[in-house]
Amino acid sequence: MERVLLGDEALAQAAIDAGLSCAYGYPGTPSTEIMEYLIAHSAADGFKAMWCTNEKTAYEEALGASLAGKRALVTMKHVGLNVAADAFVNSALLSIHGGLVMCVADDPGMHSSQNEQDTRALAMFAKVPVFEPVTQQQTYEMTREAFEVSERFGVPVIIRMVTRIAHSRASVRTAESRPQNPLDKSTDRPGWMLLPATAKRNWARLLGKEKDMIAFAESSANNRLNLVAGSRLGIITGGLGYNYFKENAADLKEEPSHLHIGFYPLPAALIRKLYDSVDEILVLEEGYPIIEEKLCGILGAGKPIHGKLDGTVVRTGELTPDNVREALGLPKRPHAAIDVSDVTVPRPPALCKGCPHADSYAAIKAALKDFPQSLVTSDIGCYSLGALPPHSAIETIVCMGASVGMAKGASEAGLYPVVATIGDSTFLHGGMTALLDCVQNNPDMTLVILDNSTVGMTGGQPTMIPSSRFEPLIRGLGVDPAHIRTIVPLPQQHEKNTEIIKEEINYHGLSVIFSVRECIETAKRKARKTK
Amino acid sequence: MTCNMILCGVGGQGVLSLAAIIAKASLSSHLNVRQSEVHGMSQRGGEVLAHLRISDGEIYSDLVSYGTADLIISMEPMESLRYLEYLKPDGIVVTAAEPVVNIGNYPDLEAVYAKIAAVSGSLCLKAEALAEEAGSKRASNMVLIGAASPYLPTDAESLKQAIRDTFAAKGESVVETNLKAFEAGRNHQ
Repeated sequence: MERVLLGDEALAQAAIDAGLSCAYGYPGTPSTEIMEYLIAHSAADGFKAMWCTNEKTAYEEALGASLAGKRALVTMKHVGLNVAADAFVNSALLSIHGGLVMCVADDPGMHSSQNEQDTRALAMFAKVPVFEPVTQQQTYEMTREAFEVSERFGVPVIIRMVTRIAHSRASVRTAESRPQNPLDKSTDRPGWMLLPATAKRNWARLLGKEKDMIAFAESSANNRLNLVAGSRLGIITGGLGYNYFKENAADLKEEPSHLHIGFYPLPAALIRKLYDSVDEILVLEEGYPIIEEKLCGILGAGKPIHGKLDGTVVRTGELTPDNVREALGLPKRPHAAIDVSDVTVPRPPALCKGCPHADSYAAIKAALKDFPQSLVTSDIGCYSLGALPPHSAIETIVCMGASVGMAKGASEAGLYPVVATIGDSTFLHGGMTALLDCVQNNPDMTLVILDNSTVGMTGGQPTMIPSSRFEPLIRGLGVDPAHIRTIVPLPQQHEKNTEIIKEEINYHGLSVIFSVRECIETAKRKARKTK
Repeated sequence: MTCNMILCGVGGQGVLSLAAIIAKASLSSHLNVRQSEVHGMSQRGGEVLAHLRISDGEIYSDLVSYGTADLIISMEPMESLRYLEYLKPDGIVVTAAEPVVNIGNYPDLEAVYAKIAAVSGSLCLKAEALAEEAGSKRASNMVLIGAASPYLPTDAESLKQAIRDTFAAKGESVVETNLKAFEAGRNHQ
């Protein structure tokens, strides 16, 4: 069957066709559409798919499913893997039973992210194999194969997506589906317990598996070597470097030899074969110069290796057909020659008209107006757009939940007043544990939970708990009920809200203020639906 | 044959559905399609860019290369100029004339129009007004598809069928409005 799918949807459909039983994830651009597709299909196709509190809980839930013999999928964006890293790195030592596949969607170029870290680096660190597709069709096929490889070697397997595959649409041919695995609890008890004694055994076993996986990589159809007799240049492509190389290849005077790497661990023998037959090598890989660093080492001895390290390829941002063209030494193509620099200005993203966050920030700024030195920490979500004019309301954006702990530390170091701002879903994901630290030490700070009742930035997924359950949760963590306040961020409430924030700033201990109003976009969508 | 397109506008204007309809029509005409878009942060009222490539042969890159776009279709006049680097020397710009002024330093509109007119063969039409006449301002993306249709590698009938399929779930009157908007763009001179 042939259908038009986003890369994310192709991955989801492949997992369903591979006999998926359980899928877990946390929303994050550009991975979100995988779980949305799975949730939409879960009832009809008879599997479980759901959003989780964070990437770590998602990964651990998938481990449980694997132990029970079922195939499981975990989805997240690249920085989500940092959150799941404890579970992920340790799980490489386990005796994975039902196929466990994790899709991590990287965002080179930082279209919607705070960094452009490369998931291949974390995968190599954990000694876990990686598939890296370059088309939507390949995404489908590799995902099916990833479950097989996971069960064959008893390891978790990563599919590394990037924005341009995840969010690009093409026609995909799907294959016959396979039934789900039967319930079959793993009988390898030491394989699921990382006590020092068993962990030592499991670690040695993983190192053994690594050798087998390298041998598998050497003969994998995903790692293709094309040796051209007499060619001086050897190209190694990784990820989308392949597409952009092929896009420009017809313009090259001499056809280079070419090795494409779509499956890791790195096929060392194939790389050696290419190296031995050419005079120099150019590495075109999407993300960090990982293959290139392996080739060069510290000493950089041997034939010239070109790529991101020597500046032949741009070091930051994503690859494009144009910067790869330049790296291949090809001239720029002529384009429409009209200078428009005087009539085009940037149009940065902004909070939507009527967004509750704008009213929250207005009140916080008004409350802080008379203090010469204040700090407003913030977090990951739509509300990070409060960094830009006209709001210019926040001063820190680091990672999910950091606003709470950073406010505590800054307050304890002596800054006053300190206000932390965090969204409802981000608070549950990574802010809650830091608030427990605050309860223990009662720092002089005010936490404002910007509760818009949704995961806004990724398109309005449900928060794990409704707004009504936040206050009991905060009370349960031990925050003094006298300093748990609620405001409604609306323009007509501005004076009142400013007063409440001021009162809590003047209280020299921990306060939590809920700023509760539904996201304007999800509210509009609901209104349209009920029409 | 390969037709490369840059589709652009401002977040929330319907650039992605514009891309989806041309892609759908091309696929039903048995052409290969790669359509790249960006979600998330960039959609919040900021500039939005989608790449669309249609070919009867294999397509490698999801992204259009500089100097290879046959067509820029834009929902907004200033945005139509932002990506000129992608346009072939003889490529065409089709854009809505109505500006979205959500920034303080929006350039002089007449100067923007003058630059658009400097791209030979360019079309700058009041898409929103034409869409409103057809029944809904929100159909201005369909006006643009209509206006661009003579330059697309698919025929008008496939485009209309793609519009019908896309809006079928929203009822017959929505389908009619969008088809009318398409025709208004197509008949515009």
